[in-house]
Amino acid sequence: MSIVETRDFVKRMFPGEQPLVEVVNLKKYFPIRGLIFTRGYVKAVDDISFSIPKGKTLGLVGESGSGKTTVGRLILRLIEPTSGSICFNGRDIVKLSGGELKAFRRKAQIVFQDPYLSLNPRMTVFDIIYEPLRVHRIKIDNPQEYILKLLYQVGLNETHLFRYPHEFSGGQRQRIAIARALSLNPQFMVLDEPTSMLDVSVQAQILNLLKEIQTKYNLTYLFISHDLGVVRYMSDYIAVMYLGKILEIGPSDKVFENPQHPYTKALLTAIPIPNPEIARTRSRLTIKGEPPSSINPPKGCRFNPRCPFYMEKCNIKEPSLTEIEKGHWTACHLYTP
Amino acid sequence: MPVNEGCDPIIEVRDLYINFYTYAGVVKAIDGVSFTVCRGETYCLVGETGCGKTVTSKALTKLIQAPGRIEKGKIIYYPEPGNPVDIISVSEDEIRKIRGKEIAYIFQDPSAALDPLYTIGHHIAETMTAHRLVKSMKEGFREAIKYLKRALMPEPEEKVKSYPHELSGGMKQRGVIATSLSTKPKVIVADEPTTAVDVTIQAQIMKLLRDLKSEEGLTLILITHNMGLVAEMCDRVAIMYAGRIIEEGLVFDIFKNPRHPYTRALLNAVINPLFKVSKLESIPGTVPDLIRPPRGCRFHPRCPFFSEVCYNRPPNFIIGRNHKVACWLYRDNALGVED
Repeated sequence: MSIVETRDFVKRMFPGEQPLVEVVNLKKYFPIRGLIFTRGYVKAVDDISFSIPKGKTLGLVGESGSGKTTVGRLILRLIEPTSGSICFNGRDIVKLSGGELKAFRRKAQIVFQDPYLSLNPRMTVFDIIYEPLRVHRIKIDNPQEYILKLLYQVGLNETHLFRYPHEFSGGQRQRIAIARALSLNPQFMVLDEPTSMLDVSVQAQILNLLKEIQTKYNLTYLFISHDLGVVRYMSDYIAVMYLGKILEIGPSDKVFENPQHPYTKALLTAIPIPNPEIARTRSRLTIKGEPPSSINPPKGCRFNPRCPFYMEKCNIKEPSLTEIEKGHWTACHLYTP
Repeated sequence: MPVNEGCDPIIEVRDLYINFYTYAGVVKAIDGVSFTVCRGETYCLVGETGCGKTVTSKALTKLIQAPGRIEKGKIIYYPEPGNPVDIISVSEDEIRKIRGKEIAYIFQDPSAALDPLYTIGHHIAETMTAHRLVKSMKEGFREAIKYLKRALMPEPEEKVKSYPHELSGGMKQRGVIATSLSTKPKVIVADEPTTAVDVTIQAQIMKLLRDLKSEEGLTLILITHNMGLVAEMCDRVAIMYAGRIIEEGLVFDIFKNPRHPYTRALLNAVINPLFKVSKLESIPGTVPDLIRPPRGCRFHPRCPFFSEVCYNRPPNFIIGRNHKVACWLYRDNALGVED
C-alpha cells in the first residue's frame, strides 16, 4: 500500500468515528551497538498503522516485548520514531519542534505504570501537581485552590496537599499521578499499565476513576495493558500487538466475542477465568513455545512458528490487515484471499 | 477445627501467630491462622499484597527469618497418614530433611531463585546431592536432564548447560520446577509461580503443574492473588485478609456463594473478560497497616455491613459443611441458611 492509501485506510479504519490520533507506517528500531558498528536492531515497533477515535479509548494489549509501551511513548514523542507519521488533530507531530511541540505536550499527557518511580520523592504533592503548570508558565490566581480541586477530583483531600509520596499507598500515588496528568487540561492521555502494580480492590477504584474523568473532560485514552480483563472493561476499541505488529484491531466487544486471529484466540483462552465452572469446561487453544526475539523476527507472519493453523505461505508473505466485519481488522492468511 | 469428611491431612496449621520486629514497630503479620491441607489436593491461599499468604507458606518449613518470629501455634506435617511431625519443634538438621526434600517450593521470581553463576543443571544436581539422592554431581547432571524433560523444558540436553541469563522467564521457571521435582517431594508450595511471566506462558506452566500433580500424586499449595487461577486450579481455597483467614471452602462453593463481605467484594472487583461489565465494584479504602491493625474484625473499616460488634471483638469461625467464614453477619444463623 502506498502512503496515501495507508492514510486513507487509517482514516476509515473505524467507521462513524472521528480520529484524534492517526498513526501511519510507524516504525521504531532500537540499535544494538557493538564496539564500533551497530550489530543489529531491535524492531520494537515495525510498521503499524491505526487510529484512535476522539473521546474513545483504544486498548493496546500484548505480552511483554510486543512493543506496546514503545507505541505509547512514540505517540507522545517521548522517543523519536525511526520512520512513519503520527497525526494529532490532523497535524503531524513528528515534525514539530520548539513552541509547537510544547503546545502539543500540553494536550497529551501520560500516566506511568509504576507510581513508586514516577513521583519525585523529594517533592510534595502540591509541587508534583503544580510542576506541569510551572514548566508551561501558566499563571493561575490561586494555585492552591486549583490543585485542591484536582485532588478532590481524584479522591484525595486537603490533608494530602503538603505530604510526600512515601506517605502514600500505591493506589493513592497513582491518584496523584492522574491529578498531575490532568493539571494541564489535556485532550489525550496515554495510560501505560496504570493498575498493574495495584491490588484488585484498589485497581477497581482507579479504573472507575479513570472512566469518570474521561466522561467529565471528554478525554481520549490510549490504554496499554497486558491484562485483557482490564482492557475489556476500559476500552471501546482494542488492538492486539505481537512482536511489534498489530495482529488484530477492532471494537472491543467484537474482538472479545468473535476473535479472528489465532493469537488473539490463544490469548483469550490463556487468561484464567474467575469462574470455576467455566474455567474447567471451556475449550482452549493453547500455543506452544515462547515469543521469538524481535531482533530477528520470523519471516512472513510473525506468529507463524507458534501458530496451530500454520500454512506454507505464512512464512513467506506477511499478511496485511483485512476487514472481517465493520471496523474489525485482522492480519492473518486464514482470511486473506 | 473439624476436618472435612474424607480428608487425610498432610499439613495442619493450628493457631499460628507470626510477628515481625521492625524499627517502625511490631508487625502482626499472621494473627491466628489455622487450616488443614488434605493429601493430594490443590489448596489455595489467596489474598492481596501484605495479607500474609507468603509468610504462611514460608512458615510451613520454618523459613521465617529475623526480624520475623513464629510466636505460637503448631504446624504438623504428616509424611504418612497417622505419623505426625511437629515442624516448629524439630531441630534445624531435621527440618533440612523436610524442607526442599518433602516440601519443595517454587517461588515467584525465577530470576531470584536461581544463582546467576551456576547453570540450571548445577542447581538441580546440587539439590539432589544435598539431599543425598545421587552420589556425585556428575550423576546429578544426568538426572537433571530427566527432570528438565518432566518440566517440559525445550531441548533439555542443551538447556541443562545454560546459565539463568540465557533463558527466558518461562524457561527459568521450568528450571525451578525441575529443581523442586528432583527431590520427589510430597508437597509443592507454589508461591505466585506465574506472576513474572506472560499469560500464554502462564497457561503452559499451570497446565504443567496440574499434570505433574496428578501424575506424581503431589499435594499442591498454590499461593496467588489471581482469582482466575484459583478458579482454574484449586480444590479448596482460603481467603486471607490482613493476617487472618476470613473464609475457607470448596472452590465451587466460594465462587458460587461467597459469604464474607470481603470475599464478595473481591470477586466483584475481579473482571471476567468473557463478559461485558459496565460498572466495576470496588472496595473503598486500602489494606490496613499491620503494626496497628484495626480492632475486632480487621476488615471492619472497609466493610459495608459494619456494626458495633465488629469493632469490639474479632469474629470466630462459623462452620458449615465444607465451608467456614469468620464474620459477625452469620452469628445467629447457621451457614446452611441464606442470610
